Amino acid sequence: MAAILPRRSRRRVRWKAYLYVLPAFAFFAIFLGVPLLQTAQYSFYDWNGIGPSTWAGVQNYVDLILDQKLRDSFVHAGILIFFFAAVPVVLALALTAIISRGARMRGMSIFRTLLFLPQVIASVVVATTWVAIYSPNGLVNQLLRAVGLDSITTAWLGGFATALPAVGLIGSWLGIGLCLVLFLSGVANIQPELFESARLEGAGPVREFLSITLPALRGPIAVALTLTVVAALKTFDLVYITTHGGPGNATSVPAYEAYNRAFNTGQVGSAGAVAVVLTLLILIITVFIQKLQPKDVE
Amino acid sequence: MRIRRREMAFNYTVLIIFSAIAVIPLLGVLLSAVTPKGDPQGGFQLPSGLDLGNFVEAWNRGHFSTYMTSSALVTISVVVLTTIMSTLAGFAFARMDFPGKNALFFMLLAGLLLPAEAFIIPLYYNLRSAGITDTYWALILPQTAQSLAFGVFWMRNQFRTFPHEIMEAGRLDGASDWKLLWKVIVPPSIPAISTMCLLVAMWTWNEFLIPLIMVSSENLRTAPLGLAFFQGQHITDYSLLAAAGVIVALPIVLLYIFLQRRFISGMVNGISSR
Repeated sequence: MAAILPRRSRRRVRWKAYLYVLPAFAFFAIFLGVPLLQTAQYSFYDWNGIGPSTWAGVQNYVDLILDQKLRDSFVHAGILIFFFAAVPVVLALALTAIISRGARMRGMSIFRTLLFLPQVIASVVVATTWVAIYSPNGLVNQLLRAVGLDSITTAWLGGFATALPAVGLIGSWLGIGLCLVLFLSGVANIQPELFESARLEGAGPVREFLSITLPALRGPIAVALTLTVVAALKTFDLVYITTHGGPGNATSVPAYEAYNRAFNTGQVGSAGAVAVVLTLLILIITVFIQKLQPKDVE
Repeated sequence: MRIRRREMAFNYTVLIIFSAIAVIPLLGVLLSAVTPKGDPQGGFQLPSGLDLGNFVEAWNRGHFSTYMTSSALVTISVVVLTTIMSTLAGFAFARMDFPGKNALFFMLLAGLLLPAEAFIIPLYYNLRSAGITDTYWALILPQTAQSLAFGVFWMRNQFRTFPHEIMEAGRLDGASDWKLLWKVIVPPSIPAISTMCLLVAMWTWNEFLIPLIMVSSENLRTAPLGLAFFQGQHITDYSLLAAAGVIVALPIVLLYIFLQRRFISGMVNGISSR
């Protein structure tokens, strides 16, 4: 039917289209596009936010490597990727493998609702919640005491060695539900006959996972990785509320450094360089992960 | 048959454990929020009684009525602006041909990936020069721009799947593009549009960085920003903070409970099809 209908009207160039696109595009250009270019411009200057600015060349970028505080912040972001992305994706995959044939179980929607709940809660609320959980009398120490491990109870967010993993585990908690929901809905799309016939052929659970479940999950895995890796790199709210980058700068991350330098310590140029590199990292990693996606979609 | 039943029981156990992990911290907040003053604080325990006083105290001491009003105003404004502009642009991208269409769309799409850090620093100084920092505009306009990338993308995908025949029929009746959009295409697309509104509302309500940077007056603070300051003042008063946290999270959680299918499918599909 569609093939017979004349498509001329759709093919014709319509200049009026620009009027439809204009409001959105103007907003986008004024509040995102132009400032984005300015961020790049700022990064080549020294500026304290008030007085005149001076040309700094690539010094702000060199500092990303030479300044240990900045270097550490990117290392911390790398460690957070492990907690935010690697832990939940691997764990959720393992769980999905175990329950892959249960994806169509009754009551699934209730589990999905509960698993997904942390995603809709403001990160500030999540952060204050976990501050209490990690506090000296909080849930973590309560559990440790309950199993007789009083000796290792501590103020988790206050220790140099424990603060970053503690922040990271909040990310793991956030990620696991998201990944499980994504993977289980991916598995629910697999024809049950595939599992039936694999079983008839005597495939074990491992073969079944590798040859049926995993290939079907390539798309959802790419999505889960993109979301969680980007969330790890962008981490700001959690750090701001739980530790303010401390103790010392044990939990400082690029987004926090950019904010702090731009608005507290008068190093706007340096903040710009951090922001540019962070943005490029996010774009590159996203494009790289998208390559995992199966090409034949669409 | 026996194996299948054992397998089922096992599946349920795994799901119950992980649902519990997702929910227990949140349940802890609820319990903590209704814990009477004298009880030990900070941990996970059943309160000795039900005390709603923390909510009253948090609401009054923390000026949450002001913050919630700010958040509501900003969220509604962002949702309305985003919906109108996304519908218009989504229609053009889905149904019209014009030079530069792909380049423009690609630029918008790149906006989906941009972290706020990429533009927020100069944006603050630009808006300060324009004299609109520390006003609602400084909250509404940038967040609308941020939501548009997703909104346009979402509406374009929606309108692209709209049956071609119905549009042609409308066009044969002599309807203009404008009429076609609002009279023929938008009405049956209301479910998709409202899903987009929900997601944009959630992101705007929960946003922290933009309010943190853009406003300094207390009466303009949004709920998450107000909570952050409140936390700074009552650092170990966990029950009070829990009550405040419940107040901040409640509007979106209520929406989620009633419309969870829409939230989940919206987020899963919206992000997956990118």
